[in-house]
Amino acid sequence: MNWNWTTLKDFLPSFWDGLLVTLQALLLGSLIAFALGLFWALAQRSRLKVVSWPVTAFTEFIRNTPLLVQLFFIFYVLPEWGLTLSALTTGVVGLGLHYSTYTAEVYRAGIDGVPAGQWEAATALSLPRSRTWTAVILPQALRRVVPALGNYVIAMLKDSPMLMTIGVLEMLGEARQFGSQTFHMNEPIVLVGIAFILIAYPASLLLRALERRLVR
Amino acid sequence: MSAETEPTPQIPRDTGTTREVIRLDQVTKRFGDNTVLDQLNFTVDAGKHVTLIGPSGSGKTTILRLLMTLVQPDEGIITVDGEQLYPAPEKQVREVRKKIGMVFQQFNLFPNMKVLRNVTEAPVTVLGMSKDEAEARARELLELVGLADKCDAYPTHLSGGQQQRVAIARALAMRPQVLLLDEVTSALDPELVAGVLDVLRDIAHSTDITMLCVTHEMSFARDISDQVLMFDSGRVIESGSPEKLFGDPDHERTREFLSTIL
Repeated sequence: MNWNWTTLKDFLPSFWDGLLVTLQALLLGSLIAFALGLFWALAQRSRLKVVSWPVTAFTEFIRNTPLLVQLFFIFYVLPEWGLTLSALTTGVVGLGLHYSTYTAEVYRAGIDGVPAGQWEAATALSLPRSRTWTAVILPQALRRVVPALGNYVIAMLKDSPMLMTIGVLEMLGEARQFGSQTFHMNEPIVLVGIAFILIAYPASLLLRALERRLVR
Repeated sequence: MSAETEPTPQIPRDTGTTREVIRLDQVTKRFGDNTVLDQLNFTVDAGKHVTLIGPSGSGKTTILRLLMTLVQPDEGIITVDGEQLYPAPEKQVREVRKKIGMVFQQFNLFPNMKVLRNVTEAPVTVLGMSKDEAEARARELLELVGLADKCDAYPTHLSGGQQQRVAIARALAMRPQVLLLDEVTSALDPELVAGVLDVLRDIAHSTDITMLCVTHEMSFARDISDQVLMFDSGRVIESGSPEKLFGDPDHERTREFLSTIL
C-alpha cells in the first residue's frame, strides 16, 4: 500500500475541521434525540387516544424507514414545501429525529421498569400526577436508561458519515474531498477509521463502567 | 405582642361519643371472575384500632387498597370522615384521600431521595408546608421511629426494618386521620420485626390516629386492637374484641384459621 506521512500531514487541517463537524452533529443530534424521545415516550402513554395513536404511528414510521431516505427527504423534498435547511442542520435534525424513535423505546422500558409500588406510594401520599412524574418516576427511570442512551449515541456516531451524502463535510466527507483533489485516498481514509475507533471504543468502555454504577 | 401560650388540652381517648371515620356500604370488588369482596358493610370509629385477619385471598388487603384508592370497587359506597370517597369526582377523591395514609409490605420508599426528603416531599408539595417546617417535623418523626441519625442516608443503605420505620414516619408526616398498615412486617427478617412493631405500638398508644391493620402478627394484633375482624371469602364472618376473638371465637372457621397460624 502506498503510504506517505507528508500526505497525512497535509490532510490534518481538513481532518480537524471534519472532526469538529462530526462532534457537532453528534452532540446536537443526541440532544434532539434525548429530548424528543422522552416527549414521544410520554405522549405514547397519554390516556388520550388522539395523542398516543398518531405519535405511535409516526415513530413506527420513522423507525422503520432508512435514515438515508429521511435525510434526502428533509434535504431535497421539504424545500418544495418551503422548508429549506442547511446541510448540517438537515443532518442534525435527521439524526436526532431518527434516533429519537429509538430513545423513545429506551425511555418506555425505563418507565415501565419503575416498580408499581412507587406509583402506589405516590398515590398514598397524594402527590399530584405531574409531581409523581418529575420527582419519583422519571428520576428513577432516567437512571436506568443512561447506558442504553449512550449506546445509541455511539450508534449515531457511526451513522454520521451518512451526512456526507447531503454535502456535510464531516470527517469522511473531508477525507473524500481531500482524496478527490489530491488523488491520495489511503492516508485520509485510514486516519478517519482510526478516529472513529478512538472515539467509539473508549466511549463504550465508559458506558460499561457507568452501567455497573447506575444499574444495581 | 406576646402570645399567650396555653397548654394544649389533652383530649381523652374515650370521650364517650363515637364518630364514624370509615364506612363501607355494600362494597363489592371482583378481579375477573373472582369476587374478592362480596357486598361488604363495615364501619370504623375514629381513634379505633381495627385488625383484619383471615386466610390469604380473603379480601383483607383489598379493603386497604380500596380505601387508599389504589383499586376501585365495582359496586358500593365508601365514606371517609363523612365525605364520600367512592363514587366521587376526582377532585373530591384527591381531597378525601389526604385523610388516609398507608404503610406497605414492601416499604415503597423513594430510592432516589434521601430519608429526610422521603418524609418531607409530600408535606411540602401537597400540604404546602414550608421546607423548614417540614424538615423540623420530619426530624421529630424520624426520632420517634428511632432513626434521627439516618436523615441523610439513601433508603437502599438501610435495613428492611429501618426502611419500614422511615415509611411509617413518611405516612405520619401527612397527619392522616387513618393509617392503613398492609402486612408491614411480612417482608422483614424475623429479627427486625420487633423494632417495627414497637414503633407502631408506641403510635397506637400515644396518638388518636385510627388504624386499620392487616397482619399475621397475632400478639401485636392482640396488643393494639380494639376490634378484630375475621375475613373469609370476601365477607366478615366474625368480629369482636381481641380477647373474645383470639380466646373464644364463635365461628368454627375462625378457630381453624387461628390454629394454623398460632
